[in-house]
Amino acid sequence: MRLFEAVVLALRTLQAQKLKSGFSFIGVFIGVTSLIVAWSIVNGINAYMTDKFAGTIIGVNTFHLRRRPQITPNISDSTWRAWARRPRITFGDADAVTSAITVPVTTAWQSSDQATVETGAKKVLSVDITGATERYFDIKNLKIANGRAFTAQEARSGVPVIVLGEEVALKLYPDRDPIGKQVRIGGQPYRVIGVVEHQGKLFGFSLDRFAVAPARSPIQDMVNPPGIIDALIVKGATLGDMQEAMAQAEEAMRGRRHLRPRQDNNFVLETSEGVLAFWAGIQKFLMIIGPGLVMVSLVVGGIVIMNIMLMAVAERTREIGLRKSLGARRTDILRQFLAESTAIATAGATFGVAAGVGFSVLVNLASPLPATVSPFSIVLGVVIGGGVGIVAGVYPASRASRLDPITALRQE
Amino acid sequence: MSLQEFRTGDTPLPDVVILTHKLTRDYDMGSETVRALRGVSIQIRKNEYVAVMGPSGSGKSTLMNLVGCLDTPTSGEYWLNSQKVSDLVDDELARIRNKEIGFVFQTFNLLPRADALHNVELPLIYAGLGAKERKARAAQALQRVGLGDRMDHRPNELSGGQRQRVAIARALVNNPSILLADEPTGNLDSTTGLEIMGLFRELHDAGQTVVMVTHEQDIAAQAARVITLRDGLVATDQLQAA
Repeated sequence: MRLFEAVVLALRTLQAQKLKSGFSFIGVFIGVTSLIVAWSIVNGINAYMTDKFAGTIIGVNTFHLRRRPQITPNISDSTWRAWARRPRITFGDADAVTSAITVPVTTAWQSSDQATVETGAKKVLSVDITGATERYFDIKNLKIANGRAFTAQEARSGVPVIVLGEEVALKLYPDRDPIGKQVRIGGQPYRVIGVVEHQGKLFGFSLDRFAVAPARSPIQDMVNPPGIIDALIVKGATLGDMQEAMAQAEEAMRGRRHLRPRQDNNFVLETSEGVLAFWAGIQKFLMIIGPGLVMVSLVVGGIVIMNIMLMAVAERTREIGLRKSLGARRTDILRQFLAESTAIATAGATFGVAAGVGFSVLVNLASPLPATVSPFSIVLGVVIGGGVGIVAGVYPASRASRLDPITALRQE
Repeated sequence: MSLQEFRTGDTPLPDVVILTHKLTRDYDMGSETVRALRGVSIQIRKNEYVAVMGPSGSGKSTLMNLVGCLDTPTSGEYWLNSQKVSDLVDDELARIRNKEIGFVFQTFNLLPRADALHNVELPLIYAGLGAKERKARAAQALQRVGLGDRMDHRPNELSGGQRQRVAIARALVNNPSILLADEPTGNLDSTTGLEIMGLFRELHDAGQTVVMVTHEQDIAAQAARVITLRDGLVATDQLQAA
């Protein structure tokens, strides 16, 4: 019997046994769909982390000079205590490093904490308040929607002016223009000079619940001891600039701290890569768990297909006996049953890919995750989904092909 | 019988279609061994019409299975068309069943979901013929058994007699050396049974070798020669007047 005949025969049989074929089809279909969707969601989370999370926290071509790393997974107590003993970054450190960097960079100071921002009538709790210098807005890519940012002059002389995040501005002044109004933080008055445009959310947390004032203004008392900053942020135009600036900053800091060549840095120069390394650990885990669960579902689907095919063999014993008596060889029977399970698996995989891609597009549109379908997951889905279907068909098919025609014919 | 005696090492005469020599078949039934055939030696020539009779347990079904190449003997020789088939392997036996033997079963054994034409086509599929030729030959075979106008009917749309005709068309479609019928009228009423017997006679008259297993005396009476088995051995083997 030719292969083509086997396929035609298989399609005929599948058409006749719609329910059973349907169940097997669904088994493969769900497996392949969920594999592709799980994969694209993990991909999406990855893209989200890389672009938005890391970009928001640190930024592109940017490094932070800090006492200790910002993101600190699995840190032992001793390391933590060592970090706590390190000297803090001072205004003087920041100025010295800034003047030591010869490549063109943008720098800003940053000190942050949470505090309540209030007017006479209203208040907003736990606002991220930041003491910064004027280039902070450029580096963080915060565009002013209303009013203006503070100037270098204002930053240097510590004028009590403040720029609000959209959420804070809206809550304090739901129906008035906030520009020129006065807000209080820790009892100190600040004049509102600008509102930053809408930033959206990260992991469901608002990125608009913040306020920024000059570092030398009274805000310093809220965020850090006098003369201390959390970080000096340095942004290069290119990655190369940033790396050079980093080297210069390190040298300058080691000099200021009088570190001998063998001594480790008692400060960190943190880039988004460091944050991403932390994420890579989580991602590795997700990449194993997500598709791993899907594999399990595919295997279960395969077992279902195998059972259904075994039932089909049992039910069609007489047919197999007849075919053998008419001259079907063992390979003919094997081929017939394999063609059936292959056809089911192929159909399931094809529709599974379509549904998986469709679902991923939906996730992409309906959620903040930029879920992207990776071609590799499609190949994997088809290979595994199809493979499971075919492998699950092999055992029943070989059982069918081995049936003794006499016994098979006698079966009622 | 005027046939010369066959000895181990001989080859059959050219016109002998079926030759069995001291054929035995034992079935292992766990603790005991059932000796279904204890040494059956028969020769059937081209265009003979033979009925095999015997009470149940006499070994006639076992003999049919061996002659039909569905089973292999425990010992002894079986020659079909001067080819020694008793020591062929599985796939070769499948080829012999396909080319040399046309089975007609008591229960018809048609594929319920396929129409008459496709049922008749089946042996040709396994013979590796192309679709066009298959359809033509299957249609021809159906016309030969008088069902030219029923080709697209499924078995459940046909009467018992028509179903058996489809089965006979399927048995004949590959021009087999022998038509092997196992109680072909067992599931039919007597009138229809007689019609089928008439068809067998026609086929025999046209040169077909027919071997038929039956336990009905009047059906066996249609054959030119009756072999009776008893306890796994040939009891009688006689020609009868037409």
